[in-house]
Amino acid sequence: MREVELLIIGSGPAGLCAAISAASSGAKVLILERSFKPGGQLIKQTHMFFGSERQYASHRGVDIAGILLNKLAEFGDRIELLLNATAVGFYEDNVVTVLKDEKEYCKVKAQSIICATGAYEKSLAFPNNDLPGIYGAGAVQTLMNVYGIQPGKRVLMVGAGNIGVIVSYQLMQAGIEVVAVLDAAPRIGAYLVHASKLARMGVPILTSHTVKEAIGTDCLEAAVVCEVDDKFQPIPGTEKRYDVDVMCISVGLSPLNELLAMRGVEMKYVGQLSGFVPLRTEDCETSIPGIFVAGDASGIEEASSAMAEGYLAGLCAAAKLGHVPEDFQQRRQEYRGQLEDLRSGPVGDRIRAGMKLSQL
Amino acid sequence: MFEKTGVATREMVMTKFPPMERINKGPVAVVECYQKIPCNPCQTACPAGAIRIGDDINNVPQRDESLCTGCGICVSKCPGLAIMIVDGSKSAETVEFRIPYEFLPLPEAGEQVVGLDRAGQPVCSAKVLKVMNPPAFDRTPVVTLEVERKYLYDFRNFRREAKAHG
Repeated sequence: MREVELLIIGSGPAGLCAAISAASSGAKVLILERSFKPGGQLIKQTHMFFGSERQYASHRGVDIAGILLNKLAEFGDRIELLLNATAVGFYEDNVVTVLKDEKEYCKVKAQSIICATGAYEKSLAFPNNDLPGIYGAGAVQTLMNVYGIQPGKRVLMVGAGNIGVIVSYQLMQAGIEVVAVLDAAPRIGAYLVHASKLARMGVPILTSHTVKEAIGTDCLEAAVVCEVDDKFQPIPGTEKRYDVDVMCISVGLSPLNELLAMRGVEMKYVGQLSGFVPLRTEDCETSIPGIFVAGDASGIEEASSAMAEGYLAGLCAAAKLGHVPEDFQQRRQEYRGQLEDLRSGPVGDRIRAGMKLSQL
Repeated sequence: MFEKTGVATREMVMTKFPPMERINKGPVAVVECYQKIPCNPCQTACPAGAIRIGDDINNVPQRDESLCTGCGICVSKCPGLAIMIVDGSKSAETVEFRIPYEFLPLPEAGEQVVGLDRAGQPVCSAKVLKVMNPPAFDRTPVVTLEVERKYLYDFRNFRREAKAHG
């Protein structure tokens, strides 16, 4: 069994920033990444990010992954990154079991652990939602932007949150027709600048609409949509049919943190954070000392917040291991301040409410 | 309606345009950012200090038309592609737009394209004058187009004619 000082599970924006932060304090870090490529969801984000300079705003997500990996490289052998390594279990003695290359099963014991495992896409129930051609929007983004594969020719996007409108725009950049973006909510959930980008390409955004059913025998051939009333009930007679070979479901994400639940960390359902989340301190430490959480695993937010949380968790986890840099308090305040700024506006209302409910 | 369709109303759009005298003097930025979101690269990018967000990163940017030189650096920096440059100093009949355009193939100078409004509907014809895509723009090319003056508040995007795609 391998023993490490600090184990970080996940190399997305939160995990990478946590690693940089902890290593810069002097901690020795092992990062587990289940994919063949580090960067988590960053590697498929071809659009420019929001936020401020401190979260690399106006850089494209895929380039931010590169920036962070270059920073990691500065710490040499203080950081080790294990690819194709999926954490599958997390036990009381802080042993994490790992499936490497889908064949080798090994154990890692860590003094401290940061869980930065991200999120998974929510699904939507409607007749025939299992037809081939119906994807999660994030899956389509991976197909296009990581593997260079067009998912189909004509797409109906279900969900007008940031992922729905961003992936729609990227589908159009890949030469694929987007027939409409619909959302059951009465208002567009995405940042409106993103929605306007699509609107001026001529893509209709249909709020108060839902999918009634998918039609097809071997694969998706059409989708029937309808309007919903203010109680989200379908309005009979408003059905419309779209002949499409792809439907993308983008109805939100849920935190992916079963490992923490398995370890016995105190969890709570917090709707504002989109699912079960671990209770934690302002320093991202869970109910079990030495076990931290950062990024979407602690509640669904933007990548900018995931990075700031990663930096904070890495700093505090390293400090707890005895690596307290001279500017510890200053950096801690800086990262907390960044998070406060990012969550302070009207779009942060929900997050702030969720944070209150999930504080230890 | 904006929050339902993503299409800003004429009244909203008008609030973001500087007065006609300023447009006729030379290039100036129109920052179509209406929603309080945590984002400030426009302020950071502006070399003239003409775009102000202030201490709260959620504030909607304010552009000072007297300071704005219309340099256009903000156009490719805005993650929401919400900024364009308008210039009414070149001709009494037309106005020049510089807009971000992230689609391939890029148009070519001299090409006639279909001008689209904020809902993506064809409104006018437009002529491509210049396509800028230097490394500093980081893959957000900026296209300069000439449009009849009467479409100043309508024009916002363009589509290449089908035949131009080859």
